[in-house]
Amino acid sequence: MGAQHDDLHDAADPHGRALRLGIGGPVGSGKTALVAALCRSLGPSMRLGVVTNDIYTTEDAEFLRRAGVLDPERILAVQTGCCPHTAIRDDIAANLDAVETLEERFGPLDLVIVESGGDNLTATFSRGLADRQIFVLDVSGGDKVPRKGGPGVTMADLLVVNKTDLAPLVGADLTVMSRDAAAVRDGRPVLFTSLREDRSAHSVAEWVTSLVNTWKHANAHDHERTTPTTAA
Amino acid sequence: MRQDIGDGRGDGMRDKPTGDAALLLLADSRLPAGGHAHSGGAEEAVRLGTITGPEDLARFLRGRLATAGLVTAALAAAACELATATADHPAGPYGQADGDGNPPDAGTGAGTGADPAHPWRRLDAEADARTASPAQREASRVQGRLLLRTARRIWPSTVLDTLARAVPEGAHHPIALGAAAASAGCDPYQAAMAAAYISVTGPATAAVRLLGLDPVTVHRLLADLAPALNDAAHAACASLIDDVVPNGPAQNGAIQNGATHDGIAQNSAIQNGAPANGAAAKARGSGWPALPGHTAPALDLLAEGHLNNPMKLFVS
Amino acid sequence: MTTPPSSPAASRASVTARAVITTEAAGGRTRLETLRSDPPLTLRQTGPGLVHLVSTGAGPLGGDRLELVIDVGPGTDLEVRSVASTLVLPGSSPGDSVMMVDARVGAGASLRFSPEPTVLAAGCSHRMAVRLSLAEDATVLWREEIVFGRHGERPGRCRTRFDATVAGWPLLRQELLIGDPAVDASPAVYGDARCVGSTLIAGPAWDAERDQKGERRATIGDGWATLPLAGPGVLASALAQDTVELRARLERAESMADVYATSWQEKTELAVPQRTPAVDAGP
Ligand SMILES: Nc1nc2c(ncn2[C@@H]2O[C@H](COP(=O)(O)OP(=O)(O)OP(=O)(O)O)[C@@H](O)[C@H]2O)c(=O)[nH]1
Ligand SMILES: [Mg+2]
Repeated sequence: MGAQHDDLHDAADPHGRALRLGIGGPVGSGKTALVAALCRSLGPSMRLGVVTNDIYTTEDAEFLRRAGVLDPERILAVQTGCCPHTAIRDDIAANLDAVETLEERFGPLDLVIVESGGDNLTATFSRGLADRQIFVLDVSGGDKVPRKGGPGVTMADLLVVNKTDLAPLVGADLTVMSRDAAAVRDGRPVLFTSLREDRSAHSVAEWVTSLVNTWKHANAHDHERTTPTTAA
Repeated sequence: MRQDIGDGRGDGMRDKPTGDAALLLLADSRLPAGGHAHSGGAEEAVRLGTITGPEDLARFLRGRLATAGLVTAALAAAACELATATADHPAGPYGQADGDGNPPDAGTGAGTGADPAHPWRRLDAEADARTASPAQREASRVQGRLLLRTARRIWPSTVLDTLARAVPEGAHHPIALGAAAASAGCDPYQAAMAAAYISVTGPATAAVRLLGLDPVTVHRLLADLAPALNDAAHAACASLIDDVVPNGPAQNGAIQNGATHDGIAQNSAIQNGAPANGAAAKARGSGWPALPGHTAPALDLLAEGHLNNPMKLFVS
Repeated sequence: MTTPPSSPAASRASVTARAVITTEAAGGRTRLETLRSDPPLTLRQTGPGLVHLVSTGAGPLGGDRLELVIDVGPGTDLEVRSVASTLVLPGSSPGDSVMMVDARVGAGASLRFSPEPTVLAAGCSHRMAVRLSLAEDATVLWREEIVFGRHGERPGRCRTRFDATVAGWPLLRQELLIGDPAVDASPAVYGDARCVGSTLIAGPAWDAERDQKGERRATIGDGWATLPLAGPGVLASALAQDTVELRARLERAESMADVYATSWQEKTELAVPQRTPAVDAGP
């Protein structure tokens, strides 16, 4: 009986399930573009699954399926009933169900990416859903955003500042953004991207790759670490 | 009524001190079980303009409670009763009881009495038969699956494990709710109350979000429904014992009494349905066929229309 | 639709009646083994395997208990229709009027039950119960249409209960509540409709193995839906303003049933029980 309860968390791979990576951030900052980029660069070497959380219907999932970056069957969409942050933070049941469905159908997987619906700066992933999370900002909101902080900016395992190609157009100073972010992030990494110019998001892909390797390594040695609550 | 249900096989339920608090946890919209993403047809009704403000929302909620709400309440009560009865005897007397009220035919699988999963499948099939709309069945199963996943971590029990195994694609929501309620220490009345309550609070919240209604006005509507919620929960439990007491005190959903317990049932060799004699009535689960089946044709149309809408916010 | 002249309610005493139709196979054909009328339930054979219900006298009235028993023997085909709609009236005796139908359809048999609508006159208090027991490979089309009052009239109260099982396993259980303040004019239940109708079409042709991953999609139109059930059948369902619109919508929904039949090319004759030319042609 006890084992069955544990099964609720462990998916197909007996040596630990896939790393669950949350990608959050404000509307239009480039989350879906980043997911697509990661699928492009990691797809050949990793077994992937993607869960999208759209505000309306399944647009992001459709976009990714059309982009042809991943087997469409490996992309599941979750509907969030007007409250995207609820689905990744307060009531993660539907997202967990989607993640585990992917692991059941296609497992073992190395990485499951969960893209949140675009939301405000306070929206972060519950640790019950995501083992690690990336927060995606873009420069078009101005260079003051990192200074304003919020849990997404301060706590995310990786902060991505996207659309650097637009910085000159909107008058955003990247060095200011970099300095402010460093000040509130306590040494956690910040990466600047232009997904328009780098469609494979090399720097982010590298960061994710090392994450997945660490995750696998840790799980191979310590099965206990497979529960999300122990990941921090 | 509560005492009636609590008596006999369900004994012990009323003694458990956890029931009331557990009911609050179960019915709370913050229970992390995926309910927040379901509007119960309200989103489509808003889109079609049949809910535009508090007045038609009130009528929507009242009608929903009298139909889908009553049915889910009765199914939840039945599931809670089943869970309680089988909790200590996973392979207990239930399966045999099942054979009593029914012919030894292929469909009910009587004779597989030892399998604790069997009565759950049968109860789940009763929910299927009361849900003509495939969109609503799907929404119900998804919510049931999510609730079960959550409940198994909060209130772990063999019964919930059995249910998960019995209906791997996801038990209907009221079935999962009743089983979860039992595991949390609730009695069938409380399970019915939770189901009835959820059947209106979900759509009410959705309407607040979608129409920007004054949340206080909408909560006032819900408060006005309190007597109807009580009635529904009572009627749901009453229906569990209707077959024991023909023409008993059930208010709603009691049509089957007059119609099936005299006349037809004796006159012909009916293979199914509510038992017509006292012996069968004693069998637990034999009352399931006669549970309320109140249908709402408009909800069916709304649920199916919702699926066809490419620009929706809610799952259902 | 033909509506009987509205007689002043309850000039007669309430009655209890039980009419019976049974069929048996005789040399590969269907023979009406029993055709027992019991006024006001009067039965007439109007063709091979075809029986019309001819109401003699007003009603049902309050206090009436009417029962129709149908037993379609293995391998036989039966169609039951009615010549006119049924007008349910209040009676002089207290109590509900009750109409019960108990139908069994045997192995390899088929039943088509499509009476004219039931009209709930003002002040009536009516209960209807249908119990339909299907053998595993029996086929049925069962239509039910209810009109909320005569023209411009508020209906009385009515409760219906429909239970269909296949080999003892529940296929469809539905209750309707009409004239109840909780459901009247609820956008969740009937909206602004004045008539409700449904047709259960079931049989081995719809015995799709349920897809573990999800449900089949329904077909919907303006005020109607064709709903594939969890078990071997579909439910055509419609709401409408009047009986003409209701029948049109219901027939539309019924016509979609074949879409859901499994391997329906082979089974297409089985799919919907044969339709006999109408005696009292609906719209
Ligand atoms: N110029 C520029 N445009 C970008 C960049 N990255 C993404 N975009 C564009 O920004 C728009 C939004 O990108 P998405 O990836 O859909 O953003 P999102 O965060 O997923 O949006 P939501 O899911 O709606 O919150 C699209 O039109 C992208 O093509 C970038 O680096 N530079
Ligand atoms: Mg996106």
